[in-house]
Amino acid sequence: MKNLKSIKMNTIKLLAIFFIATLTFSACSDDDHEDDDHDHEEELITTVTYTLTKGNDAVTLVSTDLDGLGGNDATFNISGPLTANTTYTGVIKLENATEDPAENITEEVEEEGDEHEFFYSSTVSGITINKTDTDTEGNPIGIETTLTTGAAGTGTLTIILKHEPTKPNDNTSTNAGGSTDVEVTFSVTVE
Amino acid sequence: MIKLYCFCVFAFCIHTNAIAQDCIYTFKGKITDFHDSTPIVGATLNIININKYTLTNSKGEFEFKNLCENVLTIEVKHVACDSKKIVINLTKNVYKEIFLEHHLEELNEIVVKSNSKTESTSIEQSLNEVTLASFSDKSLGDALNTVSGVSSLNTGNTIVKPMIHGLHSSRLLIINNNVRMFDQEWGDEHAPNIDINANDRVDVIKGANTLKYGSDAIGGLIVLKPRKYAKKDSVFGSSLVSFNSNGLGGNVNSEIIKTYKSGFYGKLQANYKQFGDFKTPNYYLTNSGIKSLNASARFGYNSFEKGFDAYYSIVDNEFAILQSSHIGNVNDLVESIQNDEHRVIEDFSYKINNPKQSILHHLGKIEAYKRFKGFGKLTVQYDFQINRRKEFDVRRGDLANTPVIDLRLFTNSLQSDLQIDYSDNLRINTGVLLRYQQNDAISGTGVRPLIPDFDKYEAGIYTIGNYEINETTDISAGIRYDFSSIKARKWYNLTDWNETFNYDELFSEFETGTIDNTRIFTNPEFTFHNVSASLGFVKQFDNDFSLLANYGLASRMPNPSELFSDGLHHSAARIEIGLLTINKEIANKFTFSLEKNSSNFGFIISPYFKQINNFIQLIPTGITTTIRGAFPVWEYSQVNAQIFGVDIDFNKKINHQLNYTGSLSLLKGNNTSEDIPLIHMPGTNFSNRLSYTNDELNKLSISLTHKTVLQQNRYPDYNFYTFNPILQEQVFVDISATTPTYSLFGLQTSAVFKTFKTGSLKLEFNIENLFDTSYREYLNRFRYYADELSRNFNLKIKINY
Repeated sequence: MKNLKSIKMNTIKLLAIFFIATLTFSACSDDDHEDDDHDHEEELITTVTYTLTKGNDAVTLVSTDLDGLGGNDATFNISGPLTANTTYTGVIKLENATEDPAENITEEVEEEGDEHEFFYSSTVSGITINKTDTDTEGNPIGIETTLTTGAAGTGTLTIILKHEPTKPNDNTSTNAGGSTDVEVTFSVTVE
Repeated sequence: MIKLYCFCVFAFCIHTNAIAQDCIYTFKGKITDFHDSTPIVGATLNIININKYTLTNSKGEFEFKNLCENVLTIEVKHVACDSKKIVINLTKNVYKEIFLEHHLEELNEIVVKSNSKTESTSIEQSLNEVTLASFSDKSLGDALNTVSGVSSLNTGNTIVKPMIHGLHSSRLLIINNNVRMFDQEWGDEHAPNIDINANDRVDVIKGANTLKYGSDAIGGLIVLKPRKYAKKDSVFGSSLVSFNSNGLGGNVNSEIIKTYKSGFYGKLQANYKQFGDFKTPNYYLTNSGIKSLNASARFGYNSFEKGFDAYYSIVDNEFAILQSSHIGNVNDLVESIQNDEHRVIEDFSYKINNPKQSILHHLGKIEAYKRFKGFGKLTVQYDFQINRRKEFDVRRGDLANTPVIDLRLFTNSLQSDLQIDYSDNLRINTGVLLRYQQNDAISGTGVRPLIPDFDKYEAGIYTIGNYEINETTDISAGIRYDFSSIKARKWYNLTDWNETFNYDELFSEFETGTIDNTRIFTNPEFTFHNVSASLGFVKQFDNDFSLLANYGLASRMPNPSELFSDGLHHSAARIEIGLLTINKEIANKFTFSLEKNSSNFGFIISPYFKQINNFIQLIPTGITTTIRGAFPVWEYSQVNAQIFGVDIDFNKKINHQLNYTGSLSLLKGNNTSEDIPLIHMPGTNFSNRLSYTNDELNKLSISLTHKTVLQQNRYPDYNFYTFNPILQEQVFVDISATTPTYSLFGLQTSAVFKTFKTGSLKLEFNIENLFDTSYREYLNRFRYYADELSRNFNLKIKINY
């Protein structure tokens, strides 16, 4: 009986010690995580730049959303009109500008070219875009392109980056499946 | 309930008169009840070695005269008592007070009966060991789905969250071995981290008897309990192996129990479960498997007067998340909704790829109790839980193996319960609770944490009284007060803080002055005072009828996601935003139950009504444009809500071998602030079961089961339009529509074989979705992406030894 009584007392003491110990333990461990709480958005794409060049003529289409999801909406800018009946060389660049210096995400896409593909489409009649680069399997990626304009007109140009699409596909984002990493639409004018 | 057994303990005072002569001693005494000190009449005392008998009189007193100097062995017996032997070395006149006890049910193996409730006035239903064993390779949520009024919110088919009367997550308390589970339960796609094989019984409390565990059980309470073991020297256990054709997997479970006559006991249990990709009638669900390893250990000492119980369990789950559910933006969602074709279909595989969830849950507790004679029982418990939740998504480059969500939640509590039961018809339970909780959003995920770091302190105090007015009528009443305080550390988007939500004016005291580009560092801090109460009434009538009525007042503080969540929810393709302005929700619940409980015919009709003020719900409020495309924004908001309905259960014994059971659940949920239905309310459903059992023929049992879930026609319309840049037009996003009615049939058979001396072997063969029906369920978050499971053949072998 006495034994049991002391077991009981010891148990209660033990409980109290446990509780206090864990409180102390966790209070101490507070210090560990206070500072590194601020996780950067490492995969964030803040800037999409599509540069079209023809000799000295360069047109850039830039979309930025520096604060990522939430906050301010993304902005879409184009440096000037495209020239009619011209073939431009196009290069796309994805960046995370919250890092300093800005992180080039295009490189990651290129490395995993077989898991990514850009899709371009325009409502301006006469604009055709061809992907000129290929992944390890010989399928297009779409970082490098040629854009050919036809007659003058206005409309939109949409760029979509799909992660894990079906490759090869029919060159439409809708049928390629996968999940969308980038979807930007610019208003363009061909003069 | 009649207390069938008695237990005998003794305490003493000894009066002496030294008389140095043989056979002149008197042995006198009194036998009283241990817990209320009332005399026990008609107990037998037998001095075995001289074969003398006597009985206690109306005052509980007894007397043996003319005894010789001797060592006497006395056996004390009372109706329905375990006999107790006392040894006395008689060298003088002796007076002894002997205590008997009426509470032995707590010491013996509890035979699971449907009518053994946690509280006489409580409206509840239970799952016993046999039912739980048949769900051995499934989840707790699947097992609870068989209880009327209980449904589940699913994410695929392995993540199953129980729902009582349409309420889930933070509104349901899950009590595992007397420990309240804290496992990031606020999330829709966070299943309870419980191994169904580690427990022997589950009670679903729909009514008001919930105050002991918290003030916020707006939906109800799910209580998982281990079995109590008899005090005898014994070793026993069981092993179970199951195999399923769908998912080509199953589980292995083993448990071994050692008990001692002294009251000590120990149990070890382990379980391993694995499934590969599941299949619908038409295709494989790529990346839908599960891997789960669970173990538990228990050790304790059990006697009437005192005892302790130590328990530790580990649950380690890895859930594959359906590949097709990984979508980028709202246009991907539109494609999924419009195409009946499942997006990613590959061959069967056991591999668990990203996206996936990996969760490790530790739970430990130690509980000790002591009874005080003529007063009651004091129980003190310390428990802790560590929950580590990692969610992996499909990511680029080096981040592929880094989780997007990595949260560690540490919870520990110290609580006491004092049960005062010396009076025959009044029992009072009162207790206090202290709890500290710490959430740590582990750094290194490369994603801003969905839930920030926080510390939470809680203190609670409660008193519940249960009074037996007469043989057929009991009432109960209780009140509880909780204090909680939460302190978080969170970075906000500066534009959101200053402009979108106007927090710079509303909560300027939370600002720390640290601003990093577009982010602002804040220390939100909230305190809440919650009062809850309950009333219960039960009246028994002739013919096994009883009527129960429960009232409950419950209040719940907003959970961390309702306050702080702020980011993209991948599989839903939406941005979810919690608001610091969210306040607590308060519910008034009324539950009634008319029950008839007889061996060949019974029913339960249980209507309920819940008025919930400031009901917190997540609803779409707009669209935001990002570089990833458009996303709908869902914000938490508060409305007044009403949920009411009725659960009906029915059973009829057709003959001594045929038995029928049926149930029906009807429910309506209204958002009374906007006069529209509530989202995600279960549709009307009913089930039937016809069983044939033959005890003579190896306990052969064959059951045919059926369940129909009707289409939910009452749902809020949160559909919207989004611009599709490819099609150059606005497209309609139908996220609200409910799924059509479906009916499922199943077959269950089992037989028991005597294999060796004390053991038995049980064989079970079951077929689920007998007719290979193709269907989708409204309460599955993946209903946009894929069908539910096809036919499954299930084989189980259980050996008891």
